[in-house]
Amino acid sequence: MSIELRGVTKKFGEVVAVKNVAFSVREGELMALLGPSGGGKTTVLRMIAGLEMPTTGDIFIRGQRVNDLSVQQRNIGFVFQNYALFKNMNVSKNIAFGLKVKKWNKAESQERVAELVKLFGLEGLERRYPQQLSGGQRQRVAIARALAPKPSVLLLDEPFGAVDAKIRQELRDWMVTMHHDLNVTTVFVTHDQEEALEVANRIVIFSRGLLEQVGTPREVYEQPSNEFVARFIGVMNVIEPEVRNGVARLGELEFPTHGVEEGQKLRIGFRPYSVQISSDLTAYRYRAILRRTFFLGVLLRVELELPSGLTIRARMSKEEYAAHALEDGSEVSFQLRNYRVLAREAGALPPESDLTYSSPAGFAENI
Amino acid sequence: MIETPTKKRDEAVGKSQRGTEESVAVKWILISVALAFCVVFLMLPLVNVFVQALAKGWSFYWAALTHPDSWAAIRLTLLVSAISVPLNVLFGFAASWAIAKFEFRGKSFLITLIDLPFSVSPVVAGLMFVLLFGLQGFFGEWLDARNVHIVFAVPGIVLATVFITFPFVARELIPVMQATGTEQEQAALTLGANGWQTFWHVTLPSVKWGLLYGIILCNARAMGEFGAVSVVSGHITGQTDTMPLRVEKLYNEYNGQAAFAIASLLALLALVTLGLKTLLEWKQARDYRAASAASIPGGTP
Repeated sequence: MSIELRGVTKKFGEVVAVKNVAFSVREGELMALLGPSGGGKTTVLRMIAGLEMPTTGDIFIRGQRVNDLSVQQRNIGFVFQNYALFKNMNVSKNIAFGLKVKKWNKAESQERVAELVKLFGLEGLERRYPQQLSGGQRQRVAIARALAPKPSVLLLDEPFGAVDAKIRQELRDWMVTMHHDLNVTTVFVTHDQEEALEVANRIVIFSRGLLEQVGTPREVYEQPSNEFVARFIGVMNVIEPEVRNGVARLGELEFPTHGVEEGQKLRIGFRPYSVQISSDLTAYRYRAILRRTFFLGVLLRVELELPSGLTIRARMSKEEYAAHALEDGSEVSFQLRNYRVLAREAGALPPESDLTYSSPAGFAENI
Repeated sequence: MIETPTKKRDEAVGKSQRGTEESVAVKWILISVALAFCVVFLMLPLVNVFVQALAKGWSFYWAALTHPDSWAAIRLTLLVSAISVPLNVLFGFAASWAIAKFEFRGKSFLITLIDLPFSVSPVVAGLMFVLLFGLQGFFGEWLDARNVHIVFAVPGIVLATVFITFPFVARELIPVMQATGTEQEQAALTLGANGWQTFWHVTLPSVKWGLLYGIILCNARAMGEFGAVSVVSGHITGQTDTMPLRVEKLYNEYNGQAAFAIASLLALLALVTLGLKTLLEWKQARDYRAASAASIPGGTP
């Protein structure tokens, strides 16, 4: 294990920023800490770095307990959200700083800087000062600087937050390539679920200081451990049908149940891609009117209105949409390929702040 | 209805163009006024100081400067500034660091307190020290019994000067430090730098221009302070006269040329500090340009 957290809690005065968090990062992994702002993810990252001390709990880096080690002794590379490049130093000197304070000899240091400059495509910029660089160049310098002293882990705080949307995609691709080439254990913080899904090997999801789920992008997307994760990662339709005659019903939608008391309410969720649509009204069980279409590139998002007034969101490809000759106002039939029971009783789900990773009870895949 | 705003915009553009044409005269009037003010109120008196100082020739000028009492005044002034400037740098750093990088109760009170010397008349500042440490003062008898002399002696002059120059370094550093924040220092720590390396390589360079400017202003004021020093010094010729006090004394003794000779030294100090500041700014700009020029082939992606 490259990094391991055990029962880590952090309090700022009375405020609990991180509550009893435990997870580990494997050697060479690219891990995302994901969550809404105020979720505690940056605090976790800063505790790993040693910029914050945990109130209770232990942190291990490569098997060594680092709680009592200062930032300098932990041998980590940290990239700040706004990069925090040294304004009074040019690119070369920024990258060489960690080597200089660690008393590398001059020749080795120069060689290492040249190597990183080449690796990060910064040739010709060595003598520039940070304020003369573009956002993307600054980020590369910041990562090169953090990697120069060969840290055991690389930590990045919102690495794509400070650049505009256009080069963000470029930087994501570049980071995946860089991680693949260098194979340094990397942990980055983000609030953008798309970014986490696309870039990371595994994702840790936080909300309000609690760890909600750890898993691969596929796991957290397809098997969210609770409603928070399900809603945070991607879009989910959530409805609350009532059980009558052994069947949970809301409007036209019906879901079979087992051993649920009469009159109880369930919380059921399904992804937009689980909704299968056809222009052939006899093809599927339910009827609806296609109310609105949103163009998202390759995919389209559509809103279906059921006769009972219930509106659900669905997703389909451009080709599918064209093949069925759909347009706003079309009458369609649809079915649900799969869905999840999020809670046995509506409102029975504890409030978000009390959700814990270890309670995925009742999240069976139906159908 | 839609055309109206477009038309208005066109008119506005037209007006601003005419405005530009008209402003040539305004521009020259403003420049002339500013220049005339500078010449009458800054250049003429300054030139006059040197003209008066050298009115009786170089040998007289030299004799006036090397007169034992004048020489003592010059030495005392250098001593006072050599003590008070480093003290103020130390204090300025501590205060601006505390204000920019920490949150604590009474912060705004501390900021107000730093400005106190600006709002108190220098004569009052001098009197405060006399009332505290003078023979009739609060600690006077106690100090006298232990044979410690503060008022009408060098320590009093230093104290008064430190008080007067108190805000200069701190005032320059606080905004610079606040703007810089703490991220660069944290970055240095994560790269393995210890506290001293961080201070020396990161903190100090990022505030060096503000610090230097603060020191220059502080030094100029420390050497030139008259009011507060006049109250606490006691005007003992050859012992507690600083340069400004010596200038006044010589002038009152109708020794105009000697007075101007010493004054020319103070004026020279002002010119040197100004020149130094300009040189440093020019050097910084040159480094920056050189870096830009050198990296043009690199281009931007």
